[in-house]
Amino acid sequence: MNDSDKARICNVRVTLPHHLCVLANVDGETVLAVASPVSQRTILDALEARYPMLCGTLRDHVTQKRRARVRFFANEEDVTHDSPDQPLPEAIASGARPFMIIGAISGG
Amino acid sequence: MQKIRVLVGTRKGAFILTSDGKRKKWSVSGPHFAGWEIYHMKGSPVDPNRIYVSQTSSWFGQIIQRSDDGGKTWFQPGSIGEPEAIDENSGMPKGESNKFVYDTSEETGRPLTTHQFYDGTQHPWEFARVWHLEPSLTDPDTVYAGVEDAALFKTTDGGKTWKELAGLRGHESGPRWQPGAGGMCLHTIVLDPANPDRIYTAISAAGTFRSDDGGLSWKPINQGLRSQYIPDPNADVGHCVHRIAVHPTRPDVLFMQKHWDVMRSNDGGDTWFEVSGNLPSDFGFPIAVHAHEPETIYVVPIESDSLHYPPEGKLRVYRSRSGGNDWEALTNGLPQENCYVNILRDAMAVDTMDPCGIYFGTTGGQVYGSADSGDNWEPIVRDLPAVLSVETQTLP
Repeated sequence: MNDSDKARICNVRVTLPHHLCVLANVDGETVLAVASPVSQRTILDALEARYPMLCGTLRDHVTQKRRARVRFFANEEDVTHDSPDQPLPEAIASGARPFMIIGAISGG
Repeated sequence: MQKIRVLVGTRKGAFILTSDGKRKKWSVSGPHFAGWEIYHMKGSPVDPNRIYVSQTSSWFGQIIQRSDDGGKTWFQPGSIGEPEAIDENSGMPKGESNKFVYDTSEETGRPLTTHQFYDGTQHPWEFARVWHLEPSLTDPDTVYAGVEDAALFKTTDGGKTWKELAGLRGHESGPRWQPGAGGMCLHTIVLDPANPDRIYTAISAAGTFRSDDGGLSWKPINQGLRSQYIPDPNADVGHCVHRIAVHPTRPDVLFMQKHWDVMRSNDGGDTWFEVSGNLPSDFGFPIAVHAHEPETIYVVPIESDSLHYPPEGKLRVYRSRSGGNDWEALTNGLPQENCYVNILRDAMAVDTMDPCGIYFGTTGGQVYGSADSGDNWEPIVRDLPAVLSVETQTLP
């Protein structure tokens, strides 16, 4: 194994919607240590491990299916419907841009 | 002097109203969990400082909150690092207090069957939210949860983990259950204080069920119910029961507010008969029993299933002191013109003071209270979000 084969630990910035910030006691944005390649799944795994009170709020406990009204944005792109294992842009992995989790826009 | 705590769940948060035994001056705490729908909150009968809350959102799903200090502070059970809630592999808390998964295991579960959907087709059970939390009468760590799609769950570890009592959802009549307008919800859980093995539940729109073995097996108890809106008005299941209530000293006598009709059973639900009597409308949602008079019951008539507001725009609680049939309107202090709110099924409760206090919340955000068994009413608060549930605690 050479150095390039080793998993790189990335400091990924994640922004959460208001209600989940309150649940997790987070002030808008958190930074998570995520092993590369960074994807939706690895970010959510790290997020739930760090903040277990968020388990079940973004994806189903068992099926891991995204909740219908949760959306993901990366580098100004809507990646909600991408494969959860698809690597995210380098700007996310490098921490240059935040991985944004938002609640779908609808009233109520 | 005793104190009263009124727990109010609304569309946009929870509120706690407290007063001394006179029940004249109230303080209001909240909103707790601001912005979330609080379907229900209820305290443990054996530890009043232990309060459980169902917090839900169409965006972020189900959350269970718990307080061990009477509502001053809250936490999600199993997410703050209690040793027994730690995942062995990751070393992190499991965060499973909101994990409501239908039990399909061979050992204790039932196959994930289907129920009738709005359009008449069959539809698989899908968890949506917890409608009602019923703490055990003897153990503060044991709570029953009635959920949508209709099923009964139980925790024995203070809400850290939940296990379905699958005999109810798996009942052979399940494919004939169907959702009411609010979803296919298990909204009422009554624990028999005289018989720990006996549990009553009510489901919209399936009917009332009883277990005599602690929730393992169930039977429909709907004989005598008649519902014109289903193909067989006298069917054993399919009735839209809105709420059932009992007096703790007479657990075999049940009172029911059905979609239409106020009903009574004197034999633990085996048979029912109508006691709507002279009500201006026998449609409504909540029903409650006086704390000290087992034959005194309360309902709030609503115009109809199409018009969810009080008849004639007059908000009237109706009281029967004879266990039904003969009803009197209670209006003192309640709006008697231009009132078009609704009172939902979990939004009425009594305290155990003497005289008995009675409370209800409206979809207009008012919580009304009476400290004299309903003779006179006052608004405790007027402008909360729409009220979903009201429970009381009488504190020493």
